[in-house]
Amino acid sequence: MTPEAAVEVRGVGKTWETGVEALRDVTVALPRGRLTTLLGPSGCGKTTLLKIIGGLVRPTAGEVRVAGRTVEGPGPERAFVFQDFALLPWATVLRNVAFGLELRGVPREAREAIARGRIAEVGLAGFEASYPHQLSGGMRQRVGLARALAVEADIILMDEPFSSVDEQTRRQFQEDLLVLLRDRGKTVIFVTHSIEEAVYLSDRVVLLSPRPGSVARVLHPAIERERRSADEIRRDKNYLDAVDEIWQILKQYVR
Amino acid sequence: MRLPAAGSLAVWCVAWELIGRAGLSTIVPPFSRVVTSGLAALATEKFAGAVLVSLRAFALGMALALLAGIPAGVLMARVRGAGRVLGVWVNVFVSAPVSALVPILMAVIGIGEPTVVVTVVLFAVFVIALDTEVGVRQADRSLVEMARAFGARPHQVYTKVLVWSALPEILAGVRLGAIRGVKGVVIGQLLVAIIGVGELFELYSKHFLMEEFWALVIVVFLFAFAVSEAIAALERRVEYYARAR
Repeated sequence: MTPEAAVEVRGVGKTWETGVEALRDVTVALPRGRLTTLLGPSGCGKTTLLKIIGGLVRPTAGEVRVAGRTVEGPGPERAFVFQDFALLPWATVLRNVAFGLELRGVPREAREAIARGRIAEVGLAGFEASYPHQLSGGMRQRVGLARALAVEADIILMDEPFSSVDEQTRRQFQEDLLVLLRDRGKTVIFVTHSIEEAVYLSDRVVLLSPRPGSVARVLHPAIERERRSADEIRRDKNYLDAVDEIWQILKQYVR
Repeated sequence: MRLPAAGSLAVWCVAWELIGRAGLSTIVPPFSRVVTSGLAALATEKFAGAVLVSLRAFALGMALALLAGIPAGVLMARVRGAGRVLGVWVNVFVSAPVSALVPILMAVIGIGEPTVVVTVVLFAVFVIALDTEVGVRQADRSLVEMARAFGARPHQVYTKVLVWSALPEILAGVRLGAIRGVKGVVIGQLLVAIIGVGELFELYSKHFLMEEFWALVIVVFLFAFAVSEAIAALERRVEYYARAR
């Protein structure tokens, strides 16, 4: 049985003003409450697709529907986590995490209370008064994640969130992300170029072809994650099969 | 040999004193006499009145320059047409010898404080606008995108992101503008010649009161330096994120 779609991408195409065609006729349904990765070679338009879903970029063809309504721009039911963190360098961790609520006009006390909760959840308690430049890359991205969680959006869009952090931090962060998202029922759309990351994290992998990007394949790695360590998951047969299957497809695109 | 700044100043003061005492030129009285007659002049009502008039013209002119310059800079950076239309003029005026316009201002606005205020504005506003434009242009685009993603309305993008992001450049512009503004006050008042510090300069040089004259020069220099340092101190407070951007 297919779960209900939180986001429907229908025939989306994007041609930039420069004439470069980034996406062509992308149609895919992203199930509610699941983590879906958009995976593909560099320049396949996966970030563009994510930004179209986020309402930051307008498609030149087709439409994206969220909760049955066509996306015209950003909306409160969608929150973004950026590749370059996009933290306000002049604001403390607390204010950065509360920023989405600040924009919505939530009173200071209320939004800071929520922000403190999220900061603790992502493991940054004690850093509320720090500034972004005082934090490591991994910690900065935790701030970015806390900011996205603070606005209570149903859908979280993550654009290569771990690509600028080192490998150990990245693995720790991936595990923490799964714990944070478990039981929250969030729909997560996650862009990555790492096959392992995609398979490790996601219920569903949407594989995009090179430019102009379109859906090459949708995979459902059936990996049992309950009560299993990260290492056990990484040795799981289904995990390894999925990684290999994706590699076989992607291999044709590389070079 | 490296002397600390204070030491270097002391050496200059001593040199000045010696040249003054040698009586080489009537234009250069000994430094000690400049200080004593300067202090005596500072205490007079005329001096206090002149300083007050000049400070008021400076403050008013700077306030207007900020109110016009910062929005103009933002506009030039964000609106393509405004950038083209205003950009040319701002770039011409920022390097033009604006003092040449003061006589015309006197003819149009009259001989009085408004002319001095307008002179201050003309001296300060263009560099403020130009630096603001640079700051806003350099503002991190991903921060703007982030703000939009979290539902920022257009005015919030300006008030919550762009202006803050451009603050280091804006402050640099304000500092340069303030330094030029001091020049504007002095030049404006010198040309108008009947008010404020300009009147004093005129008075002292006409009557050959060199000790008072030099005392006034030192006061004006110190004021310009103090304003510049105060804004530089503000700049250092935002430096941490200017580098981190």
